[in-house]
Amino acid sequence: MRITQGCFSFLPDLTDEQISSQVDYCLSKNWAIGIEYTDDPHPRNTYWEMWGNPMFDLVDPKGVMMELEACRKQFGDHYIRFNAFDSTRGFETVTMSFIVNRPKVEPKIRMIRQEVDGRSQRYSFETVR
Amino acid sequence: MDGDIPAPLPTTVDLRAEYESSGVKELLDDLDHEMIGLKPVKQRLRETAALLLVERARKSLGLTHHTPTLHMSFTGNPGTGKTTVALKMAGLLKRLGYVRKGHLVSVTRDDLVGQYIGHTAPKTREVLKKAMGGVLFIDEAYYLYRPDNERDYGQEAIEILLQIMENNRDDLVVILAGYADRMDKFFESNPGFRSRIAHHIDFPDYQNEELHRIAAHMLTEQNYVLTEGARAAMDDYIALRRGQPHFANARSIRNALDRARLRQANRLFSSAAGPLDATALSTIEEEDIRASRVFSGGLDSGRKEDAA
Repeated sequence: MRITQGCFSFLPDLTDEQISSQVDYCLSKNWAIGIEYTDDPHPRNTYWEMWGNPMFDLVDPKGVMMELEACRKQFGDHYIRFNAFDSTRGFETVTMSFIVNRPKVEPKIRMIRQEVDGRSQRYSFETVR
Repeated sequence: MDGDIPAPLPTTVDLRAEYESSGVKELLDDLDHEMIGLKPVKQRLRETAALLLVERARKSLGLTHHTPTLHMSFTGNPGTGKTTVALKMAGLLKRLGYVRKGHLVSVTRDDLVGQYIGHTAPKTREVLKKAMGGVLFIDEAYYLYRPDNERDYGQEAIEILLQIMENNRDDLVVILAGYADRMDKFFESNPGFRSRIAHHIDFPDYQNEELHRIAAHMLTEQNYVLTEGARAAMDDYIALRRGQPHFANARSIRNALDRARLRQANRLFSSAAGPLDATALSTIEEEDIRASRVFSGGLDSGRKEDAA
C-alpha cells in the first residue's frame, strides 16, 4: 500500500534532481534540513529515527544529497524523509516534510475492530508486512 | 515539459561580450582597483578567467570540453592577500558558472581534524557539506600532515579531501594556502594533492612603497588622514618593521594603524581642552606613529605579537 504523508505524496516519487531543487528552495528560505528514516510508516509513528543531526548553515543542496546517498546505502529498504525546520521566532517548527525513499514492498495498514462494553466498537490500525 | 526540442546551438560566440555580460570584467577591474601591487597574482587571475571563459564558450558551441581542474594552491607570506584573493576567486568562479553558489568557507586544521578516533571523518564531511557549491579555503594546509606522528588524524582528513576533490569536482573548488616552502614540503609528501591541483599562484611580498599605498588606502576607507610628518614617519616605520620578526605585510600595517588610532584617541582625550572639529578627529599626527615600539628597537623579547 502506497503511504501518503507529507508534501508531494500524491505525486509520483520525486527524482533526485527534483529532490535537489526542493532542498534548494528550503535552503533559500534558511530552513534546516533533517533526514529521518523508519521501517514503520504508521501515522501515529511521528518520531522517526534521525540520520545524523539536522543540517544548519548549508548553502548548497549537494551536502544534503550526499547524506541522503549515505542513508540510502544503509537503509535503502526503509522510508526516508526530509524535514525542513524553520527557526524563525514564533514558528520554530517543521514547515515542510516529504518522503524521498520508499521500500520496494511497502507494508499495509490494517484496521482492527474490537468489541468492548456490550456492542461498542473500537478501531485501531496496525502496520502489516 | 521544457527541453523537448533541443535549441539549436549558436554558431558564433562573442568572447568580448561574454566577458562583459558575465560580470567578470567588472570583477577583475574591481580587483585591479582595490588590491595594490600583486602584479603576478592579477596576471594569473586574468589568465584563469580567460581559460574558463573560453571553456565556457566551447561548451556553448557544443565542442568537446572537459571541466578543467580548478583546485588551486596559494603560496605566500602572511598578510599578502591570499584570503582576499580567494574571495575574489570565488566570485569569479560563480560568475562563470563553475560553482553554483560562490561562497567561501575558510578553515584551518582545527576545523577538519578531530581529537579522537572516528571523530575526524564526520568533522571533515561536515565542513565539506557546508562548502559544497562554493570554495573551500584551507589556510596553512601543511598542518594537516604531520610526518613526525604517523598516528596523526590529519592523514584521514587528507584522504577524505582527496576523494572529494576527485569525485565532486563540479561541486566544489578547494584552495590550499600557506607559506611557500612549507607548502612545497607538504606537496612532496602528498603527491596526491600535487596532481590534483592545477593552479599554483605565488603571492609576492609587498614593496615598501606598496605598503605605504595600502596604509593610505586603509586610512581613507576609515576616514582618517595622515599629516605630512606622519607620512614620513609611516615610511620609516615600514622600512624598520620589515627587518623585525613576525612581519606580516599588510596585516602588520593594519595593526600599526589600529594602534596609531588608539594613540590618537588617547592624545585627543588627554590634551583637548575645547570642542574638536572633524579634522582634528580624523588627523593622525607624526607623534602617534613615532611612539611605536618599532622605533625604539622593536619587539620586547618574549612578546610574540606584532609590534605596535
